[in-house]
Formats: sequence, structure tokens, C-alpha cells
Amino acid sequence: MNFFKFQKRLKSGVTHIALGAVAITCLFPVFWMISSSLKTQDLIFSKMTLLPEVWNWSNYVTAFVKADFGAYFLNSVFYTVVGVFFIIFISSLAAYAFARLEFPGKNILFYLLIATLLIPIPGVFVPLYLLLKSLGLIDTRLGLLLCYISNGLAFAIFLLKGFFDDLPREVEEAALIDGCSRFGIYWRIAVPLAKPAIATLVIMNSLTIWNEFLLALVILQDKAKMPIQRGLMVFQGTFITDYPLLMAGLTIATIPIVIVYLMMQKHIVKGIAAGALKG
Amino acid sequence: MKITPIEKTQNFCFIIPALVLFLIFSLYPILRTFQLSFFQWNGIDKDMLWVGFAQYKHILFNNPAFWKSMLNAGYITILALTLQNGLALLLALLVNKNIKGENIYRTIFFLPPVLSGVVVGLIWKFVYDGNFGILNYWLTSLGFTNFADFAWLSEIKTALSSVAVVHMWKGFGYGFIILLAGLQTIPVDLYEAAEVDGADAWQQFKNITFPLLIPIITIVMILTILGSMQVFDLIYSMTRGGPAGHTHVPITKIYEYMSNGEFGYSTAMAVIFGIVLLVVSFAQIYLSKKFNYDR
Repeated sequence: MNFFKFQKRLKSGVTHIALGAVAITCLFPVFWMISSSLKTQDLIFSKMTLLPEVWNWSNYVTAFVKADFGAYFLNSVFYTVVGVFFIIFISSLAAYAFARLEFPGKNILFYLLIATLLIPIPGVFVPLYLLLKSLGLIDTRLGLLLCYISNGLAFAIFLLKGFFDDLPREVEEAALIDGCSRFGIYWRIAVPLAKPAIATLVIMNSLTIWNEFLLALVILQDKAKMPIQRGLMVFQGTFITDYPLLMAGLTIATIPIVIVYLMMQKHIVKGIAAGALKG
Repeated sequence: MKITPIEKTQNFCFIIPALVLFLIFSLYPILRTFQLSFFQWNGIDKDMLWVGFAQYKHILFNNPAFWKSMLNAGYITILALTLQNGLALLLALLVNKNIKGENIYRTIFFLPPVLSGVVVGLIWKFVYDGNFGILNYWLTSLGFTNFADFAWLSEIKTALSSVAVVHMWKGFGYGFIILLAGLQTIPVDLYEAAEVDGADAWQQFKNITFPLLIPIITIVMILTILGSMQVFDLIYSMTRGGPAGHTHVPITKIYEYMSNGEFGYSTAMAVIFGIVLLVVSFAQIYLSKKFNYDR
């Protein structure tokens, strides 16, 4: 009996060592980014230390004051908040209609929407660039936002329609008889009930927009309008050898995401699983 | 309940905002991609020159750099399919055994996928740096002194593999999460029954876990293929396709042609690449179904 206990302990020990090694591999680059952001340029050039000798916060000050990080950061917050709000509002309206209401062309439109989710379409940034140019929206905040919003719609409509389909109809029918308008039902009954699905969508779309780079690269030239991921590349081109300053910039771009992730982990995992298993 | 035309119109109002955005910013660009691919156009001239399939032919038969970029993406993808997904499956199996700290491991493994491609690319560029990177510091400390100032991302021999390692580092947690969710849907009594019948761990994996997991594995494989073939942010932030095109992938190529004002040519490339992706994902679905039914 003792032998089996020992064997079991050994097995779980080996498992934890393997998992722990992978975990350290995941965490180390992030730790290295933060640690290096607190070092001085001299230390980086002269000596390899795991932690900074003196905690040097000046890189963060420089990033915000000299390298436009304040503006990039605020731009990213703006794109994320406004983009996510409109994705949720527009997609929940449409999803409710697809789940509950009759209107011409309903099925065709829904299948078309799902088709764009399933079929890989690389390189749409080329016609998007031309489209925004002809609309006079190239290098504008509105142009980038419109792309972000429409990119998020198909999946959000798909997820929310599934959610609305599963809600009981009785409450809505009672409200209808009591004289509530369709929009009133959507706004007062359906949306509040869909809160779990909406929470998942808020988190996932926030991550997507905050981390988006390619469209921001194609659409924006003006530094004053750039989100933080785009700003990082401009910054990297300017201060190419100032690694501590660059790492401070990366940390600024990462901290909000990590905080949201740690707080909302369950929603993210649920969203990923829902997206993958349903698709 | 009968629906009046007025009600139908009111109902239609619910989808108008989504419809307008979808038509203008999703559907129209897709159709426009096909249309542009038949024209030679720099985006400025008033007249677009109709060239039929000439650009397609040129890409397919006279553009080795494009095929090189496909091979590069293929190399990253095959590594991701085997090493990255293999690791993801192994970790999911280990974590699924009701071990202590399941949540902590899950949180940590999914951290890299949450980070942005640009951030990950730039952190690793620093790690790989020939003179100040910690990788070479460790290698020289371990006695590999010929790596003292080895520039991983500028050497033709190592650039692509170095990028592929980062891509896998960033990606395995994603497959891990999906596979773990899949494992947790397999009923426990199947394993209990197998245990009673005297099946060992390998037999249980071979006869219960793996067959039941095939649909999930297929999804993970397709997501891996689509994600890896279309990698952009990592490449752009680490190498921009260099050295001498050795880390170019299709999307960086399409972007490059677009930046040079070759709008028609870049869209033709996008169409060819899109068809390749479609064929590969359908082949994957077909194979897994066949494999599934044979059992």
C-alpha cells in the first residue's frame, strides 16, 4: 500500500514539474518585459540581472511625456469603448430580430452573415483601404472605428441569436399583450436576460480591438489618432535601441489587458469555448 | 398572429444598422477583392486596366517570392499543428486529471494568447537580441560561446524557426483551452467502465478519449491552420519579412504589394491565398470525418 501511495505522489510530482516548467516559460517573457522596463539603459548594456538594481520609473514618465504614449493609450481606450458599445448595440438589435421577428430576406441574410464567419477572407484590408479613401474616411478615427464595429458584428449576432433562441417566449408575449412595443421588449426584457452572453462579447471584443494592429497600420498615418499597438511600432522605429523605454511602452500596452483578463477569465474561456465548439 | 406590412417594415428596422455596416464594410470589400484582381491599378489613376487572369498567372508561375512566403507560412503552420497542438493536448490531458491548481495553470497558459501580437513580437525581439538578449546570455553561460552575439532574427538559417517558436509560444494556450473544454464533456462513467474492464491508461486514451475528441481536435487544427497561415503582427513586429524575404508570409506579401500601390496584383494574391485556405480547411474536415466514420 505504501508503495502505491509513493507511486501516486511521484506521478503527481512529475506532472506538476512538467506543468510548472511550461507555466514558467509562459510567464518569463512577461516578467522580463516588466523587469527590463524598470532598468536603466546602462544596466541593459553592461550587465544581465533578473531584477533592476534600482527601480527606475523614469522610463514610464518618458514614454508618456516624450513618446506620445498618453495619446496612444487614450486613443485605444476610445476605440475599444466606443467600438464595443456599438458592436453590442447593433448586433443585439439584429440578433433579436433574427431570433424573434419576421421580415423579408431573413434567412438569406443570416446565412450570408454566417458565411463570412466561416469562409477565410485574407487581405480584405486592401479593398477596405480603397473604400475608406473614396469615402474620405482614410486616416480618420471614424474610418477605423467603422471597420472595427463591422468586423465584430457577425460573431456577435451569431452568438446572441443562439442565446435569444433559447429564452422562453412567454414573458415577451405577455408584455406584447400588455401593449409593450417590440423595441420595448428588446430593450427591457431580452437585453437584460442576455447579460451573460453580452458580458462574454464585451470582453472578447475589447481584447480584439485593444490588440488589433493590421487595420490600424493600413488606415492611420496620423500619430495623434493611432491606437497603442500602432503607436508601439512607430515608437520602436524611433527609439530602436532604447530597450528599457520600449519595454515600458509594451508594459503600458499590456497592463489593461492583463487586468481585464484576470478579472474576467471565466467569460473569456467561455467565449473561446463557445466560439470554437459551436463553429 | 398575422403580420402586417407595417410590422414587417418595423421589424426590418432592427437589422438596418447591422445590414448597412455589413454590406458596406464586409460584403462589398469581398466582392471588390474579386473585381480588383482582374485589373492592373495603382489606386490613383482614373482608369483601371483590365488584364483578365494575367495577374493570377503571374503570381502562380512567375512569382517565386510568393511561393516562398507560402512555404514559410506552411512551415510555421506544420510546426504549430504538430509541436504546438501536441503540447496543448498533452497539457490538457494532464490538467484534466483533477490535479491541484487546475485554475492557476489554466490562467497562466492562456496568458500568451491574450497578449497582442505586436507586444509579444517586440518582447521576443528583445529576448533574441544578439548583444543584449537574455537568450544568448544564457547560452554563453551554459558554455555555447559561439552564440555570444548571434543575431537569431537576422540570420537566414534561424530567422524563420525563431519566429515559429514565438508563434507557438503565443498559440498553444488557445488550443489547450479548447481541448480542455472538450475533455471535460466526456462522461466519466466511460472511464469507470473501462477501468472495471481492466483497460490501462493508454488503452483508455486510444479507445475513449481520442475518438471522442476528434471533432474538437479537428476544430483546433482548422483554427491553427487559419491562424498560422495568416500570421502578420508577429512577423511585422519581429522581422518585417527579413532577412532577404526569409520570413515573409502571404499577408506580409499582400501588404507589401499594396504599400507599393499594386492594388490589383495584391488582391489577386489575396484571392489565390483565400482559395488555398479554403481548400486546406475543407480537406481537414473531410479527412477527419472519414477517419471518424471508419472507426
